[in-house]
Amino acid sequence: MDTNIANSNLKSEDYFINMGPQHPATHGVLRLLLTIDGEIIKKVEPDLGYIHRSIEKMSERDSYQQIVHLTDRMDYLSSHINNEAVCLTVENALEIEVPERVKVIRTIIGELTRIASHCLWWGVMGMDVGALTTYFYGFRDREMINDIFEETCGARLTMNYNIPGGLMFDIHPNFVKRTKEFVAHFKTKIPEYDKLLTGNVIFQKRMKGVGILSKEDAISFGASGPVARGSGYSCDVRKYYPYSALDKVTFNEALKTDGDSLARYEVRIQEMWESLSIIEQLIDNIPEGDYKVATKAVIKLPKGEFYQKVETARGELGVFINSTGTKNPYRLKFRSPGFSNLSLLNHIAVGGKIGDLVASMATLDLVIPDIDR
Amino acid sequence: MTNEALQNLINGWIPLLEFTEEGSQFLNISVKPEHFHQLMEQLKSNSETNFDYLFCVTGMDWGKDLGVIYHLESTTHRHIIVVKVKTEDRENPTFDTVSDIWKTAEFHEREVFDFFGIKFNNHPNMERLFLTDEWEGFPLRKDYVDEVNMVIK
Repeated sequence: MDTNIANSNLKSEDYFINMGPQHPATHGVLRLLLTIDGEIIKKVEPDLGYIHRSIEKMSERDSYQQIVHLTDRMDYLSSHINNEAVCLTVENALEIEVPERVKVIRTIIGELTRIASHCLWWGVMGMDVGALTTYFYGFRDREMINDIFEETCGARLTMNYNIPGGLMFDIHPNFVKRTKEFVAHFKTKIPEYDKLLTGNVIFQKRMKGVGILSKEDAISFGASGPVARGSGYSCDVRKYYPYSALDKVTFNEALKTDGDSLARYEVRIQEMWESLSIIEQLIDNIPEGDYKVATKAVIKLPKGEFYQKVETARGELGVFINSTGTKNPYRLKFRSPGFSNLSLLNHIAVGGKIGDLVASMATLDLVIPDIDR
Repeated sequence: MTNEALQNLINGWIPLLEFTEEGSQFLNISVKPEHFHQLMEQLKSNSETNFDYLFCVTGMDWGKDLGVIYHLESTTHRHIIVVKVKTEDRENPTFDTVSDIWKTAEFHEREVFDFFGIKFNNHPNMERLFLTDEWEGFPLRKDYVDEVNMVIK
């Protein structure tokens, strides 16, 4: 045995560690298999399927009204928008025109959902990089939105408020008043977020230049939502393919060109302002009228293929339905934003440190049931 | 580009393409597996089509045929196209990978393999993604039966 260490060539070896499936920074049951050399990441392999419920297979069994309920359980932080996606697909296929009132209410609640989701993301994102306080601030404001949802939809998270043809029931009499209260309240709170976290030197150093994604790679990896827009790729479905009442409002698409974690962070902060502006433009002008149009008890879609894109808080959700004309879809596919966004994690993490992986992953804003479906 | 212009342009590239807009809001192209990779490469690289954003990959079991549906969009021209490729071979269905053209396909093709058993040539990591390696069968195929876990109506 060579005991002369000074003369021997010290070789480093690859080392494998598991991150998850119960790691706090993965926010759900995602397992990452890391190949590391010292503290430098050489490879990140996601291991999926811990909470796969086969929603696509279940959809082939269920009626279109039932499928709406399953979508809540994908990206549970965008549950209203997921419901809307399926309803829009069915309504377009049947050529049903829903009342203006429905469109406006759907958009307002959709934007409230986006803010609530970003609040939660902001809270846990701060926590991931060591700022525990943000969690309480984010949840404090999200709570107000959940209360509004509870009053109008009857649930705080999986709301099930959309049905094909309109809404389950009309808005609560308090809805407009409480939403306005929230908008006024939250306008004073986003600057507080900036003060607490955005300008913090330690936070900036953790985020700046970390997990860089170029615009070309963002497109090639099928990125969407704030992840893609942080890389300067303009892809807001609300702008390019407006649905519900989004063609009646004006807002700016949040875009940053740096492509690092800080850019993705700033895009989401900017999006909260834009969502507030959309709500303000609509909340005083909710048209009178019915909250749904009558549909048949058994919905049968015509033969053919139907596709609908919507912008959830995480990016582009696509619903693809292949119908043979029966009461169930022959095949239903959900193109989930989180699945494509996760696929680029290896790309942005390689060469960085484990701590940077946590920061990058936090700005991808992954929701695991959305990936596993 | 309009669907008609797209069809006229693409039709000359590769033999035996079938175009249809029936029952879909997009232009659909059916392509033979042997010409599939060439078509996809050209759809991306041609500056007039420039389909650089592959946003949806759907495995399909049409009963007799197995296949894959690709939804493509151009971020410069903002047109959308659907490419379908299918095979009658249910024992060993194989297509060429497009993960060399769009990086996102690597994940999506693994999902298709996991649930439909469709293999992709030259894929860097052709393994199951969600299910365990020991899992028998491919659950999203129409002839898949699991009497214990499946709710059959």
